[in-house]
Amino acid sequence: MKALSEKLLGSKDSAIGLAVLALLLFVVFPSALDLFRLNLLGKYVTYAFVAVSLVLLWGNGGILSLGQGIFFGLGGYCMAMFLKLEASDPESTKIQSTPGIPDFMDWNQLTALPWFWEPFKSLPLTLILVLLVPVLLAYIIGAAMFKRRVGGVYFSIITQAIALILSILIVGQQGYTGGVNGITDLKTMLGWDIRTDSAKYILYYVNAGLLIVCILLSRYVMSSKFGMLLLAMRDKEERVRFSGYDVAGFKIFIFCFAAMLSAVGGAMFTLQVGFMSPSFVGIVPSIEMVIFAAVGGRMSLIGAVYGTLLVNYGKTVFSETYPELWLFLMGGLFIAVVMFFPDGLAGVYDKYAKKFNISGLICKLFKKPAAHAHDVAEEQA
Amino acid sequence: MFEYTMEEVGNIVVMQGFSGLSLFSVLLLMALGLAIIFGQMGVINMAHGEFMAVGAYTTVMMSKLAVAYDIVNSYFVFAIIAAFILAFWIGYGVEFLLIRHLYKRPLDTLLATWGLSLVMQQIFRSAFGAKEVSAELPEWLLGSFQPTEGIDIPINGVFVMALALVVTVGVYLYMFRSRAGLRVRATVQNRVMAGAVGINTKQVDRLTFALGCGIAGVAGAAFTTIASTGPTTGSLYIVDSFMVVVFGGAASLMGTIASAFGIAQAQSILQFFMTSSMGKVATLMTIVVILMLKPEGLFASKVRK
Repeated sequence: MKALSEKLLGSKDSAIGLAVLALLLFVVFPSALDLFRLNLLGKYVTYAFVAVSLVLLWGNGGILSLGQGIFFGLGGYCMAMFLKLEASDPESTKIQSTPGIPDFMDWNQLTALPWFWEPFKSLPLTLILVLLVPVLLAYIIGAAMFKRRVGGVYFSIITQAIALILSILIVGQQGYTGGVNGITDLKTMLGWDIRTDSAKYILYYVNAGLLIVCILLSRYVMSSKFGMLLLAMRDKEERVRFSGYDVAGFKIFIFCFAAMLSAVGGAMFTLQVGFMSPSFVGIVPSIEMVIFAAVGGRMSLIGAVYGTLLVNYGKTVFSETYPELWLFLMGGLFIAVVMFFPDGLAGVYDKYAKKFNISGLICKLFKKPAAHAHDVAEEQA
Repeated sequence: MFEYTMEEVGNIVVMQGFSGLSLFSVLLLMALGLAIIFGQMGVINMAHGEFMAVGAYTTVMMSKLAVAYDIVNSYFVFAIIAAFILAFWIGYGVEFLLIRHLYKRPLDTLLATWGLSLVMQQIFRSAFGAKEVSAELPEWLLGSFQPTEGIDIPINGVFVMALALVVTVGVYLYMFRSRAGLRVRATVQNRVMAGAVGINTKQVDRLTFALGCGIAGVAGAAFTTIASTGPTTGSLYIVDSFMVVVFGGAASLMGTIASAFGIAQAQSILQFFMTSSMGKVATLMTIVVILMLKPEGLFASKVRK
C-alpha cells in the first residue's frame, strides 16, 4: 500500500506540491473568483490536461507531438456529438425540414443522420468513444511511425500535417461536422441542464478532480520502470534498443496514453464551454499547448498546470486590452523559454528554492526535473 | 466529373495543370530554401513563411516606389534582388541571434522559430496593416495567351515558373559547382573534419541559413505576381513546403523538385474536381500515408545513418 502511494504521489516534496495545487483548484479559486471567471479558469484547466500529456510525451519521452490538438479536438467532438443529438430531439427541431437531426445538417440538406453519428445516441458508448477514438488514431499514427523509427523533427512535422488535415476536413465537411462554427447550442446531458450555475460549479469540480487523477496516473507511469525506460529512450534510444527492449512499443504506448489524457481534456472542454469548434484542433492551438508545457517546465507535471494557467491568464488579459502586444509577447515567450529557461517555471523555482535554501521550510511546489532538458536534443542530433 | 465532354476535361486538366505550375513554382522556391536549411543543417525553420512574406512586402513597397517614379515596367527585377538581399540579411541576423545557440536542440529550434514567426507576423500587421496588399504589376506580366481555343495561360504564371527555374539552376550551381557549396557539403558530411581542414563551419552555417532565407524572399517576390500578400500569407504555405521537403527526401535537390511538382499538380487538379478543401485534404493525406510507408521520402540519399 505504501509503495502504491509513493508511486502515485512521488517524493514528499512533490506530494506537497500536488496538495497545494489541489488546494488552489478546489478551495482558493472557487472562493476567490466569480462564476464567470471560474468557468474561464475551468476552460484553462482543460488545456492543462494536454500540457500534462506533453510533459510525459515530450519532456520525458523526447517525442514532440505538434498534433495534441487532434486528440483534444476528437475528445471534444465526441462529447459534443452526444450533447448535440440530445439537443436536437424531434420536438425541439420540428421547424426543420427533417426533424430530429442537428440543425447544421438540416441547413446542409442532409435528410438522415450519418452512420458515424449513430453511436453517439448513448452516453456510455459516447464516453467509451471519447477515449477510444483518439487512442485508436494515436495507435495508428504511432505504429506507422515508430515501427519505422521515424522520430524527432519528422514526427513533429507529420503530426502537424495531420492536425492541419483534420481541421480542414472538419471545416470542409460542414454537413457532417458543423463546419467552421463547430457544434454549438449544446444544452443538456441526459436531461441535466449544463448551462445553469450549479451545473457549472459541478463541472468545474469534476474537471479539477479529473486533472488531479490524470496527474496521479501520469506520475504512476513516470515512477514505474516504464518511466525510467522512457527517460532512457529519450537520452540514448539505441542503447535501450540494444538492451532488448521494444522501443517502438513503448513509444506507441506513451503516445496513446498522452492522446487519452488530451481527449479527456477535450471532452471536459465541451461540457464546460458548451461548444466545440475546429479552432481547437488545428496547428495553432496544438503548438500553443506545447508552449504551455514549456513555460511550466517540460519535466514537471504540476509545473505544466501552472504554465497553462499562467499563459492563458496572460492571453486573456493582454488580448482584451492590447491585442497587438499579445502576439509579440507570445512569440517572445516561445523564444525566451527555449533559449533561457528550458526547464520552465519549475526549473526557475528549483533554482530559487535551492539558492535560498528554503526547500526545508516551504515545500517545493514543483517536482524536481529528473534530468536536464538539454540532453534531449543531443540524443536527437 | 461527368457533365464535361472529353475535350473539355482535357482543357480543364491543361489549365488546372498550368495553375498547378504556378503553385509548383512558389512551392519549389519555398521548399528550396527550406531544403537547404533543413536538409543540409537539420534545422527546422517555422518562420520560413514569414521570410517569404518579407520578400513579398519588399516587392509591394518597391512597386509603390516604382509607381511614384513611373518606372513600373522595369522595377520588378530590382524588386526580386531587393527581396533576396533583405531576407538574406534578416536571416543572417536571426541565425546569429537565435539559431546558432540551438543547433544541438532541433525540437527547440522548431519552437523558437515558431515564436519568431508570431513576432514577424505581428510586425507585418503593425507596419502594413491587417489587410492584404498587392503589388502594381508591370504591363508585360498581365494578360494571357491562348495557344488553342479554350485554353488560357496567364503570363505571370509563365514568369514565375521561369524564375523558379533560374533559381533552381542557381542553387544547383552554388551547391554542387562552387567552392562555397563544397564547403557547405563538407560541413554537412563531417563537421569536425571540415573544421580541421580549415573551413569556418560557423560561417558556413550562417551563410547557408541566410541563403535559404534569401531564396524564401525571392519566393515572396514571385508570390506577389499571382496573389496578394497579408500578414499570415507565409503561414499558409509553411506546412505545404515542409511536406514538399520531407516528401522529396531531405537533402535531395531532385526529390524536392519532383515532390513540389507532384504536390502542386495533385492539389490543383483535385481541387477542381472536388471541393477546394477536400482536394487539399486528399493531397495531404496521400503524402502522410506515403510518408508512413516510406519515411525517408521519395529520393532518399543513400547514406547509412
